[in-house]
Amino acid sequence: MKRAIIDALIITRRQLLLLRRVPEVLIFSTIQPVMFVLLFRYVFGGSITAGMPGGYVQFLMPGIFVQTVAFTLAGTASGVAEDMTKGLIDRYRSLPIARSALVFGKTLGDSTLNIVVLMTMGAAGYIVGWRPTSSPVKILLAFIFLLGFGYSLSWIGIFIGLVAKDVRTVQNMSFLVTFPLTFLSNAFAPTTGMPKALQYFAEWNPVSTMVAAARELFGLKNRFGVTAGSFPSQHPLTMSFVYMIIILLVFVPISVNKYKNVAKR
Amino acid sequence: MKTVVVEELVRTYDKGNVRALDGLSLDVEEGTVLSVLGPNGAGKTTVVRILATLLAPDSGHATVGGIDVIKHPEKVREIIGLSGQYAALDEVLTGWDNLVMFGRLYHLSKKQAEARAEELLERFSLTDSARRAIKTYSGGMRRRLDLAASLIVKPKVLFLDEPTTGLDPRGRQEMWGVIEELVKDGVTLLLTTQYLDEADQLADDIVVVDHGKVIARGTSDALKKQIGGEQLQVVVAQSNIAKTMEIVAQVSQAKVQLDEGLRRISAPVTTGSSALVDVLRLLDSSGIHPLDIALQRPSLDDVFMSLTGHTAEEDLAVAESEKKTKKKTKRSRS
Repeated sequence: MKRAIIDALIITRRQLLLLRRVPEVLIFSTIQPVMFVLLFRYVFGGSITAGMPGGYVQFLMPGIFVQTVAFTLAGTASGVAEDMTKGLIDRYRSLPIARSALVFGKTLGDSTLNIVVLMTMGAAGYIVGWRPTSSPVKILLAFIFLLGFGYSLSWIGIFIGLVAKDVRTVQNMSFLVTFPLTFLSNAFAPTTGMPKALQYFAEWNPVSTMVAAARELFGLKNRFGVTAGSFPSQHPLTMSFVYMIIILLVFVPISVNKYKNVAKR
Repeated sequence: MKTVVVEELVRTYDKGNVRALDGLSLDVEEGTVLSVLGPNGAGKTTVVRILATLLAPDSGHATVGGIDVIKHPEKVREIIGLSGQYAALDEVLTGWDNLVMFGRLYHLSKKQAEARAEELLERFSLTDSARRAIKTYSGGMRRRLDLAASLIVKPKVLFLDEPTTGLDPRGRQEMWGVIEELVKDGVTLLLTTQYLDEADQLADDIVVVDHGKVIARGTSDALKKQIGGEQLQVVVAQSNIAKTMEIVAQVSQAKVQLDEGLRRISAPVTTGSSALVDVLRLLDSSGIHPLDIALQRPSLDDVFMSLTGHTAEEDLAVAESEKKTKKKTKRSRS
């Protein structure tokens, strides 16, 4: 067990070493979310200010944080797919290491990347006027929650990377998962403007509960939901936590199992 | 002692439609080199993948260093090194990064891993490029580094799956040199190849594999003897082929083969140069002037030809064209 953890950490270090050798990855993973911050803040922000204390940027930032950690799922998936096509997976699988080490190491490495990205975004947000009003402890808790959410989603990324045929398919599949989830949510605008059916979806959407949880932790009063009193809208923190556990309980075993039986393509 | 034992392995793909291994058996004596020789699609890679614990067979039995690969794969992984058809390395990392990381995964301390990386880079003449990303390496350098990565903990048994496929002649020569060095150090090696000269050069023993089965086994010399000591080869003009074949058959008393493209007629002979003289005399009396005539010790190509009824290259061409048609049908479907 101890050995498996050390092995996973060595793989994590490999992920970080990759970032050091190819700094472009880090640069582009941070530029894109910062671009989103500026885009939504200045392009859409002017029209969606109504009724929001502190302006749209207070409402927007938690949404963009969640969107960003959700989008890193695609990076995890294509990283796995690339190792598969290059035969690197065969080498790992012939080493005397725990078979779960590679996948665990990858998810941890990508979470470390998320730390850097979230910090950069937080700074960018601050520059354009984002001011969380809660306590430092709660702010820290919010970021831990965001990282946890990103970590659980990265397991979906691992699974996609293992089952998809090539890197391009991976990108399409990740897109199909992340796009509806992030946009059919309360991330960028209140759900009340959506058609009724979509409102229900948005209300139970894990991205929405996570956004709502983050807003709450950053000090925004943010009750959402049409069916007032529904569980996710009343308890976004609990609900987000439950979703993370569910995702992990489903995707960790099936991904590790898939990896054990997977073959190079 | 037999370090690798494979008994009656069967492995099918594509829901049983493709029989990659069809009851294949072989073994490797400790400290020797066995070459698994065969065309593409013969099942060579599948054997290696099963022995390296990457793939489970449908049936059959295999041990490496006395350990069952199906029951105790984790123990097998501790004593083997694997270097595959494609250099399995991190492209964007440097040679140094790769070796140190794999050293760590083999449970070496940071210091040990670095020392070992240094040592291996030196040994494989890669010290100068150690700090460059692998993607800048030539094909031969990648293969050498890949081989180095499989040697980090001095494995008892080494599996090399087509170590020189796709390399230019110089890269091949370098790779052969490196492998010969390893063999001198006494590693037990199982090497697959589709190059007959490679098996000839590197292996103590050769098993010839075709369609998932071993069709012959022996030393390179023994295999060559199996199809007769020497081979008489005559090249004639198109119009004389039929008559020449008759004459050669009469002298050789064995099966005569014709390579139509080269207009080359060949047959095993036992009487050496006197057979050559006989054939020349008979050709002369029939008014046929050979364009070329020679007495040759058979190459492994000849062995392959006489065992399978086709050359290794023919099979290769078939495999390639099958691959292409497969791709095409896939494309037209999508």
